[in-house]
Amino acid sequence: MSDDIIRLSASELGERLAAHEISAVEATQASLDRIAAVDGGVNAFLHVATDAALTAARDIDRRRGSGEKLGPLAGVPIAVKDVLVTTDMPTTAGSRILEGWVPPYDATSVRLVREAGLIPIGKTNMDEFAMGSSTEHSAYGPTHNPWALDRIPGGSGGGSAAAVAAFEAPIALGSDTGGSIRQPAHVTGTVGVKPTYGAVSRYGAIAMASSLDQIGPVSRTVLDSALLHDIIGKHDHHDSTSLRDRWPSMAEAVRTADVSGMRIGVIRQLDGEGFQQGVLDRFHESLALLEKAGAEIVEVNTPNFEYAISAYYLIMPAEASSNLAKFDSVRFGLRVTPEGGGTVEDVMAATREAGFGAEVKRRIILGTYALSAGYYDAYYGSAQKVRTLVQRDFNAAFAQVDVVASPTAPTTAFKLGEKSDDPMAMYLNDIATIPANLAGVPGISLPAGLAAEDGLPVGIQFVAPARADERLYTVGGALEKLLEAEWGGRLLDQAPDLTQLIAAQEGAR
Amino acid sequence: MARAELMDFDKALELFEPVMGFEVHVELNTKTKMFSDAPNVFGSEPNTNITPTCLGLPGSLPVVNAQAVRYSISLGLALGCEIAPSSRFARKNYFYPDTPKNYQISQFDEPIAFEGSVDVELSDGSIVSVPIERAHMEEDAGKLTHVGGSTGRIQGAEYSLVDYNRAGVPLVEIVTKPIYGAEHSSPELAKAYVSTIRDIVVSLGISDAKMERGNLRCDANVSLRPRAAAGEPVAPLGTRTETKNVNSLRSVERAVRYEIQRQAAILAKGGSITQETRHWHEDTGETSAGRPKSDADDYRYFPEPDLLPVVPSAELIEELRSALPEPPAARRRRLKAEWGFTDLEFQDINNAGLLTEITETVAAGATPAAARKWWTGEIARIANTSDADAASLVSPADVAALANLVDAGTLTDRLARQVLEGVIAGEGTPQEVVDARGLAVVSDDGALIAAIDEALLGQPDVLAKIRDGKVQAAGAVIGAVMKAMKGQADAARVRELVLERAQQV
Repeated sequence: MSDDIIRLSASELGERLAAHEISAVEATQASLDRIAAVDGGVNAFLHVATDAALTAARDIDRRRGSGEKLGPLAGVPIAVKDVLVTTDMPTTAGSRILEGWVPPYDATSVRLVREAGLIPIGKTNMDEFAMGSSTEHSAYGPTHNPWALDRIPGGSGGGSAAAVAAFEAPIALGSDTGGSIRQPAHVTGTVGVKPTYGAVSRYGAIAMASSLDQIGPVSRTVLDSALLHDIIGKHDHHDSTSLRDRWPSMAEAVRTADVSGMRIGVIRQLDGEGFQQGVLDRFHESLALLEKAGAEIVEVNTPNFEYAISAYYLIMPAEASSNLAKFDSVRFGLRVTPEGGGTVEDVMAATREAGFGAEVKRRIILGTYALSAGYYDAYYGSAQKVRTLVQRDFNAAFAQVDVVASPTAPTTAFKLGEKSDDPMAMYLNDIATIPANLAGVPGISLPAGLAAEDGLPVGIQFVAPARADERLYTVGGALEKLLEAEWGGRLLDQAPDLTQLIAAQEGAR
Repeated sequence: MARAELMDFDKALELFEPVMGFEVHVELNTKTKMFSDAPNVFGSEPNTNITPTCLGLPGSLPVVNAQAVRYSISLGLALGCEIAPSSRFARKNYFYPDTPKNYQISQFDEPIAFEGSVDVELSDGSIVSVPIERAHMEEDAGKLTHVGGSTGRIQGAEYSLVDYNRAGVPLVEIVTKPIYGAEHSSPELAKAYVSTIRDIVVSLGISDAKMERGNLRCDANVSLRPRAAAGEPVAPLGTRTETKNVNSLRSVERAVRYEIQRQAAILAKGGSITQETRHWHEDTGETSAGRPKSDADDYRYFPEPDLLPVVPSAELIEELRSALPEPPAARRRRLKAEWGFTDLEFQDINNAGLLTEITETVAAGATPAAARKWWTGEIARIANTSDADAASLVSPADVAALANLVDAGTLTDRLARQVLEGVIAGEGTPQEVVDARGLAVVSDDGALIAAIDEALLGQPDVLAKIRDGKVQAAGAVIGAVMKAMKGQADAARVRELVLERAQQV
């Protein structure tokens, strides 16, 4: 029974809960049991909130029992990326500098999922302050890809993606600054959406780069992401960049998905050189399916995308260097006093020296340099100009097509440790995802199949114009249906048995 | 520098031309803070008026206070500035424990108001136009208390306490352009400028403007350059010092005068001025070196990504413009006429910076004459002897109450001065002091008559003289009665009763 529950999608589970076939306590316990069984091998969770989750689940059961009308995901367990502050769980953002910190407030997105009756079951692992593409930069050890434990689950949100792929939770919250929701979805055979910048409140999301960060859903099906998107996509007066749009239902877009007449632009610059063959094969198969379903596939040109990574790696560290200044030991978090005491400056420096990992320090230094007098125009200033050019590329593309498509990332999951010493190689992972963040436009990654050469999952990415998030769910929902008809089920049904993988790994030790 | 080493002021002006510039920070009296809905209240328990945003907690975000923007626009307009159709916030990055995020949200290259001027009136009635470079919005820092050292400064302290109640209080910083040509009037102009800014923000109602509470803070920049001989080009500007947080009108004047004399003494000896911030010491009337400041201080300003540009509509700007109160100079002309003061009387008030106090005292119910008498008389005298600002000693409401007690006959002038002392000593309102000290005039005729009869019967010779019509003899009895009443009787009434009782006892 418990095994059946964990394999249900969030929407399926929601329906069974609404029909009183499963209780929220049972659903929550099933997730907790699965975590207990496999997370030793996956390390998706930094904190599991057993008591708080069961208490919340009992409350939902009581309310449902008293006849209260609850939302479609009420009683469904949800994993929360540790970048979001939570009052009942510690929040570390994957950093030693926040170890043990329990925030006095809930992030708006967390408040909204609680209000919708979802059950936060724990906080998921991530690259420290969301800086990375593999979770190897977490201060609490890497997360392992449930498809192959020696491989990366993507990053920075590898914990949320792996938790969903490992059936530890049906759904999760992530954050995406340069691809941290979509690239992990790509390498774990799951779905991830970065909404339009401003569609979801950033209040309570520990900032890496404020002008790029966006909170979004992580799930196993497109419909589940849509349902979560509908819950968290609300205006918030705590966030000045929060949009006031009246959004159409994303879930409705999935349920009525029809791509006939839709114009899909293939980005020439992200289709070929530098991309693994198996990734390109699955990409083109997906496009062929969409074309057969009535979509029109055209090529679009985005000449400035080649500068996007360079611009991103100036703007992101510049903002991060300032956002991370608050971690100084004075008001919260780690405090390290140098031997023999010292001034407040000495204590701040010792704390930051001990509390931040190497990648965080690298980006703080890069960003501080990029903003320095005399260098500002050449670095930060130029990067902002490139950002405008990338936005223009998208504008030109969207004048021709409804959405653009590309592989989500150049390769399938690489091995843990493979790129740890090569930041540039690591940064190139985000080549296809970064442009959407620079332009503030929404993007989705959903499973496109397995690469023939390594049998690992491959994702396909669609990007829509700002505020047209529902188009992602239309094309994503339609393609998912077409692909699952081909596969005869979900892609994750083809994933190896995780308990056997873990046993084999332990046997090998 | 010891006083004796300073150059004589007139001598300094003979050799050098002073150039000044001011940065005045105005704390706005909005209900909530600049970027959060925490209350903007003075005097609460430390760290109670705070939200996650005030503490810079991870994940917190700023949201602009619309009222603060309106106040800033009004102030910009009152300073004759242009209002930017779009202005931006920027981050000023520096590490300091009173700054919760280790950056201050301020405005940098796109301030909300720019290019204005303020007419400032000097004691001789002349008007000086002070050029305004910009007025920009920003947030205040928290308050540090250094414990364990002898000076109250961070050097030598054992530990420091931080109160974040003030962190995020809305500020407008008004920056002047360099002010040339003030010459001997420089210290006076400095004081008159800050006083004018205070008048403006008070008339706009956008700040409590209490300098002693730090609602209005002045940083005074002073530099000197040598006088050019006839026919020679003007010397370039000298190195400036910035005297920080000068927190009374009187101190602004003294600090500028001190810096002119100090810098002149150094320059005349062939020395050079260090570009630095300086601290003003109210007690010694001196400035001392603070931290070296160079134009190359790198705050790594960049546009605040958490906030959108501030784009006030043209309608809002015009609405605020039409609601502006009259400018201070016009206001002075009007008040002078309304109050019926002579030129000299009015100039005295204006020069003493007491216009606002007297306006408020009149508004609280005193006659203009009584308000002027108290503020320029007894209160100014106490302020002088105690080296304090008159405004910081007593509130206009208390002065009005005091004047009314005199008018009602409850207090004589002499008693009222004692009551004023009590109010200044913090014993309460005038009425409370009267009650607590038992200072009211005895107007109970019964008590007076008893004392008078006793005095008359005790001096039969005097009584006989009065009965004979030698009225001046009554003085001896009046004196005795006043003594018996401990001065708390109205002498005129006592005289009346003495003459009456002399015919009856």
